Amino acid sequence: MGDMFRSEKMALVQLYVQPEAAYASIAELGEMGCVQFRDLNDQVNAFQRRYVSEVRRCDEMERRVRYIEGQLRKDDIKMPHLSAEQEPAAPNPREIIDLEAQLEKTENELHEMSSNSASLNANFRHMQELKSVLENTEGFFSSQEIMNLDSNRPMESDDPAALQSAAQRGQLSFVAGVIKLERFFSFERMLWRISRGNIFLRRNDISGLCEDDEAGHPVLKTVFVAFFQGEQLKQRIKKVCVGYHAEVYPCPSSAAERADMIKDVNMRIEDLKMVINQSADHRNRVLSTAAKHLARWTIMVKKMKAIYHTLNYFNPDVTGKCLIGEGWVPVRDLPTVQQALARGAKISESSIPAFMNVISTNEQPPTFTRTNKFTSGFQNLIDSYGMASYREVNPALYTCITFPFLFAVMFGDMGHALVLIAFAAFLIIKERQLASIKEEIFTIFFGGRYIILLMGLFSLYTGLIYNDVFSKSINIFGSGWQNQYNTSTVIDHSTPYLTMRPKISNFKTYPVGVDPIWQLADNKIIFLNTFKMKLSIIFGVFHMIFGVCMSVVNFIHYKKYASIILEFVPQVLFLLLLFGYMVFMMFFKWATYNDNSTDQSLSPGCAPSILILFINMMLFGHQEPLDGCKEYMFEGQDMIQTVFVIVAVICIPWMLLGKPLYIKATRPKQLPAPNHAAAPSGGHGHGHGDNEPMSEVYIQQAIHTIEYVLSTISHTASYLRLWALSLAHAQLSEVLWNMVFSNGFGFSDYTGCIAVFIVFGAWSVLTVGILVLIEGLSAFLHTLRLHWVEFMSKFYEGAGYAFAPFSFKQVLEDGGEN
Amino acid sequence: MVDAYVPPVVITVIWAFIGIICPFFARGPNRGVTQCCIMLTAVTCWLFWLCCYLTQMNPLIGPKLSMNEIMIMAREWGNEIKDTMDVEA
Repeated sequence: MGDMFRSEKMALVQLYVQPEAAYASIAELGEMGCVQFRDLNDQVNAFQRRYVSEVRRCDEMERRVRYIEGQLRKDDIKMPHLSAEQEPAAPNPREIIDLEAQLEKTENELHEMSSNSASLNANFRHMQELKSVLENTEGFFSSQEIMNLDSNRPMESDDPAALQSAAQRGQLSFVAGVIKLERFFSFERMLWRISRGNIFLRRNDISGLCEDDEAGHPVLKTVFVAFFQGEQLKQRIKKVCVGYHAEVYPCPSSAAERADMIKDVNMRIEDLKMVINQSADHRNRVLSTAAKHLARWTIMVKKMKAIYHTLNYFNPDVTGKCLIGEGWVPVRDLPTVQQALARGAKISESSIPAFMNVISTNEQPPTFTRTNKFTSGFQNLIDSYGMASYREVNPALYTCITFPFLFAVMFGDMGHALVLIAFAAFLIIKERQLASIKEEIFTIFFGGRYIILLMGLFSLYTGLIYNDVFSKSINIFGSGWQNQYNTSTVIDHSTPYLTMRPKISNFKTYPVGVDPIWQLADNKIIFLNTFKMKLSIIFGVFHMIFGVCMSVVNFIHYKKYASIILEFVPQVLFLLLLFGYMVFMMFFKWATYNDNSTDQSLSPGCAPSILILFINMMLFGHQEPLDGCKEYMFEGQDMIQTVFVIVAVICIPWMLLGKPLYIKATRPKQLPAPNHAAAPSGGHGHGHGDNEPMSEVYIQQAIHTIEYVLSTISHTASYLRLWALSLAHAQLSEVLWNMVFSNGFGFSDYTGCIAVFIVFGAWSVLTVGILVLIEGLSAFLHTLRLHWVEFMSKFYEGAGYAFAPFSFKQVLEDGGEN
Repeated sequence: MVDAYVPPVVITVIWAFIGIICPFFARGPNRGVTQCCIMLTAVTCWLFWLCCYLTQMNPLIGPKLSMNEIMIMAREWGNEIKDTMDVEA
C-alpha cells in the first residue's frame, strides 16, 4: 500500500552548484525529472536575469529551426519521427556552438536559394512572354507595306533626304507587349482616349494560363500591338502601358528578324529551365539533409532553452562562486538527485561537486503520487475533482476497483461487456503504435484504456449475475422453477397468463445469478426492481461507511485525535444506526419471509415494506398490520428502533457542539504561542488558525453538521441511480432486440438469411452506438459523480497543488502541443 | 440431489480464497496496490453475488408466464406438462 495509500513525502532542498557545472547538472536533473524548482528571482525583471543572453541565443536558434521547418513543409518533405530512445541529450557548450553554426549556415543557404529562385522565375516568365509576343504577332506584320511603315526599322542609309521623305510619308510606329486580359479593355479605352481615336490596336490572346505574377496565381494574358503615328504619342502610350502594368517588348517587324529572335529566345528559355531545375535539385538536397537532423536539433534547442530558464531561477550567492537553487524533491528520489548532480559535475569536469541540503519548512509541499500506466488513469479521475492535500489519504487506490464495479452495476450486460473488452484490448495491445496519435478525443479514450478494460471485465461479471446477454438469459445450471399446472389449465385460452407460486413451483435457488426464467416472465420488472433497489442501497451504505472510515486515517495522520471522538464517532454512529439498520432489515427480510413457512405472519402476503418501516421508525409512527400479520419483523424491534433513533438524534448535537467546545476549552492555553499548534496540520484545508473567532468555528461546524446529516439521506437515495440506470440499460437492450432484430426472424429459408444479415447490421450499429457508447458514457459519468460527491465528500479535502517537476519529457510534450 | 447449502458455500469459499489467500502471492513493485485491488474485487463481487442469491432464496412472487412460454419450457427444459398434478395450484 506504500505507493498509493497516500501521496509521497516531499523534502525542500537547496542545491549549491558551481556556475561551470550548473548547465550540465541541470541537464541531468531534467532527464531525471524529479525536482520542482522554485523561482528565487521572481522580483527580478525577465531582462535582468543572469542568463538572459543565453535565452536570447536559444530563441534565435528556435526561430531558425522554425524557418527551416516552414521551408520543409512548403516543399512537402517529411521529417523522420524520433522515438524516445533516439532523443538526444541537451547539448554541451561545444555542441551548442556547432549547432548554432549549422543552423545559421542552413538558414542562409535557404534564404539565398529562395531569392535566387524568385529572380530566376521572374526571368523565365519574361522570356515566356517575349516568346508569345513574337509568335503571336505573325499576323500583324505579314504585308510588306506595314514593314515599310515601320518607323522603328533601321534605315539602310543615313541619307538625310531619305529620312526627310520617310517622315513626310507619315510612318506608323508600333508598341508590342503583354497585358492581363482583364485589364485589356479599359487599357484599350484609355489608349483610344489619349490618342483621340488615332490608334490601331490588335490583340491576340495567349492560350492557356500564364505563370504566376504579382497576383500569385495564374492569370489570362493577351498580346497586343498598338499602331500609331508620332513620337509624342509613343511616349504617352508607353506611360499608359506602365500604368496598366503591361510589359512592353521590343518586337522587330520583319519575319526574318523575328525568326532569329524566336530562336534566340528559345535557347535562352532552355538554358533558364536547366538552371531552374538544377537550383531546385540543390534546394531539395539541402532540405533533405536538414530534414534528417531537424528533429534532433529541435529537441536539443528546446532542452537548452528549458535549462537556461531553470538556471534563471537560481540565485547567485554573495561570493558569486556558486549558484543556489531551491526545489521540492520526493524523499525517495533524494539519492537519484545526488547521483544526477555528481554526474553533472563529472561531465563538466568541475573540481568541487555540487552540494544538496535538505531544509525543513512549514510550507505546504506539493502533492505527488507515483503511478504506473494502470493506476495513472484513476489518479487522473480523482485529481480532476481536486488535488489531494499533502499526505492525505488517496481515494484513487480504491477507485481502481470501486469505479469499474459501480459502472458495471449500471451496465451489466455480458454482450456489451465483450464489446468494451474487445475495444480496450485493442487499445492496450497496440499501445506503442497508438501512443503517437495526437487527436484529442482519441487521446481521451486511449488514456483511459485500462479503466475501460476493467469496466468491461466487471460488466462481464455483473452481466453474468444479472443473466443478461444482449437481453437474453443463459441457462447454465438449470432453472429453479418448474411448471406445476396440468395440461388443461395450461391450454385454457381464457387465462392468457399463469402465475407460478413459489411454494409449489420453486425447487432450488439458481446458484449464480438471476434465474433464466425471469427473462421470459411478464412480471420480470417487479421482481428485478426490488432486487436492484435493495442492492443499490446496500452498496451505497457500505460505500459511504467506507468513506467515513477513511476520515479516521486522515485524523490519525494529522494527529487530530480528538476529532476521532468528536467528529468520526457521531458521524459513523448516525450512518450505521439509521441506514446500516435499514440494510440489516433488508437482509433480515430476505432471510425470513418465504412462501414455504407455516407461520402466516412470515408469508409473502405479510412481508412489510422496508421503506414504510423506516419512515415509521423515524416518525415514531405505527401501521396497522393486516389480519394474521405482525407489524414488526422480529421480537423487540420496536424497542431497538426507538433506542437507535434516540442515539442518532443525540449524535446531532454531539457533531454540532463537540468540536467547537473542545477548541474553546483548549484555546486559552495556546494564545501566547499562536503558531505552535498549526504546525502538523500545515496543509489543512479549513485553515483553522488559532486566531479565528469562536463564532466562526461554531458557524463552520453548524454548516458541516447540517451538510452531513442531510447528505446521509440524500446520498443514500442518490445511490438508487445504480438501479435506475441498470433498468434503463436492460430495457433499451430488450427494445432493440424485440423491435429491430426480431424483424429478421419473420422470413424463412434464403430470404430469411439475407434479411437477418441486413437486420443484424442495423441492430449492431444501434447496439454499439446507443447501448455501448451513449449508455457507457452516461454510466461513466454517474459513477464519477457517485465517487466525487457521495464517497469523497465524507473525508476528502483536496486542497493541495500538483507536483510539477522540471522534466524534459514534459517540456517536449508541451512543445509538441504548441 | 445436491443439498441446498452446497452452492452458496462453494461460491463463498472461492471468493474467500481469492480475497484472503491470493493477496499473499502478490509480487512486484506495486505489491500493495495489487493486494488492495484483489481484496476489494473479492469483497464487492462476493457481496453482489450474495444479494442476488438472497433475493431468490425465498422468493415472494413467482414468474407470470404465457401459454407459449410454458410450452417452450416444457420442450426445451424437460419440464413436462402432466395431465394431473400432485399438488393443488
